[in-house]
Amino acid sequence: MKLVVLSGKGGTGKTTIAVSLAELMEHVIMVDCDVDAANMHLYYDGETIVTRDYMGSKIAVVDKELCTECGICTQYCKFDSIDTGMVNPMTCEGCGVCVLVCPENALHLEKVKGAEMKLIKTDKGFISKADMEIGAEGSGKLITELKALASEYTKEGDITVIDGSPGVGCPVIASITGADMTLLVIEPTKSGLSDFLRVEELCGHFGMPVMVCINKYDMNLDVAKEIEDFCRDEGIDIVGKIPFDSMVMKSINELKPIVNYEDSEAGKAIKDMWETIKTKLNLEV
Amino acid sequence: MKIGVLSGKGGTGKTLISTNLAVTMGGTYVDCDVEEPNGFIFLKPENIITHDVLVDYPVIDEDLCILCGKCVDFCEFNALAKTKKIFVFEKLCHSCGGCEIVCPTGAMKYEKRKIGIIDEGISGDIKCKRGVLNIGEAMAVPLIKALLENLDENLNIIDCAPGTSCNVVTSLEHVDKAILVTEPTEFGLHDFKRAVELCKMFEIPHGVVINRIIEEDNIVSRYCNENNIEILSSIPYEKNIAEIYSRGKLIIEQEQYKSIFTDLIEKLGDLL
Repeated sequence: MKLVVLSGKGGTGKTTIAVSLAELMEHVIMVDCDVDAANMHLYYDGETIVTRDYMGSKIAVVDKELCTECGICTQYCKFDSIDTGMVNPMTCEGCGVCVLVCPENALHLEKVKGAEMKLIKTDKGFISKADMEIGAEGSGKLITELKALASEYTKEGDITVIDGSPGVGCPVIASITGADMTLLVIEPTKSGLSDFLRVEELCGHFGMPVMVCINKYDMNLDVAKEIEDFCRDEGIDIVGKIPFDSMVMKSINELKPIVNYEDSEAGKAIKDMWETIKTKLNLEV
Repeated sequence: MKIGVLSGKGGTGKTLISTNLAVTMGGTYVDCDVEEPNGFIFLKPENIITHDVLVDYPVIDEDLCILCGKCVDFCEFNALAKTKKIFVFEKLCHSCGGCEIVCPTGAMKYEKRKIGIIDEGISGDIKCKRGVLNIGEAMAVPLIKALLENLDENLNIIDCAPGTSCNVVTSLEHVDKAILVTEPTEFGLHDFKRAVELCKMFEIPHGVVINRIIEEDNIVSRYCNENNIEILSSIPYEKNIAEIYSRGKLIIEQEQYKSIFTDLIEKLGDLL
């Protein structure tokens, strides 16, 4: 069983909720697919038991001895990433056209390290995450490899909780590929609603079933109602409505999942949501 | 002048800062968060003109194709595959043009397909632009590049995507100064440090706006003071601000918040 947590908009509470749900599960493995802003591991002291380089993209490299600065590479590069033999490594897409057209064979492609993938063993189970090089391509390929690393350590009966990234592009598409169910964490703001509609459409596009959690639902009851109305019309289950709770910010700063605070209203609502999700998945899976 | 507004973490207030700042300063607001663009919700521009954004992709003339497979071997993005014919996975194609060059029979031709749109309109005294990526498209970079071509000479406020990867890097190629927006939480600080590294790599002068502060002295302000990062402004953690934002309104419509942005502009001027 693989559960992905997405939101479209950033900062709606994906990680807070993903980690809290994981806390409530008995056998769980977590995958942090928000590779540019990976925060899941911050909750846990753990031991890194696997470290693997992710050699993602390639870039063009020039042999200065051979380059005659003829400029043919510049003419052919569609990405404006090479200026008479000078490669801009930040924008080079590694397509190899410059290598192909160089009359002096002065260019070749080299693989570059895009990230270091880690499997961390914690009290709660394994976390698969990446430390990305700054400015490296946050590609779907890295996410696919992170999920593959996690699956090497997944046992029968484990639930995989995948914390996704904001947006609807390549990393999000890679996060939902092969998953069983997506939980969309939505905040009741006009922006949150607009982004929800886009990510819901994306899930539909890839045939991915979704359920919805409205986080901080009491921040704007009118927009919360718009989200509920949309879900009812589309036949999407709202599995949780989490109230605004100032203890959540405290829990993030104390790096303890909110469900471990006995008095937290948000924590209670997440526990109720997990019961709803369990019932739903037992019925449908 | 092009001012980029970015953050490592999502949902820290990039659009809140960019929209209110653009209206206070004048110029052009550019929404580069093309996967989830929200600036127009707040600015409500009128007289919108829409352009399609097209990219090249290869189409194979099967009468000319001899199935040699050179194009498949060349493609670094696995956008081509050979079975009984050559298949094109157009959404994986980066439009590099390499397959057309390696094809010995001239069977590869390029056609255009639409990946999204650019909207341009006017809101009061400011111009507004945004890109909107089609749902199901994986790559936003060509759309962001199209959006940032031919910007006005005067002031542009560029509202970037969250994160520190290719979408943001593409936007930063066009930026003269950067405002980093973060929140005083462990998560905010962790992701903010990455955004700072990115600005340093591009040698872009940058300062920070700390959003949702409870106390002036907080984990982000302490980090900035220790590392000589300019704090441009702080925004208080208030239910009223969250509520105005949730309704899709600008906070400068309320008098008490105007000075946040006039002070920010003053500090920005000093940022070298």
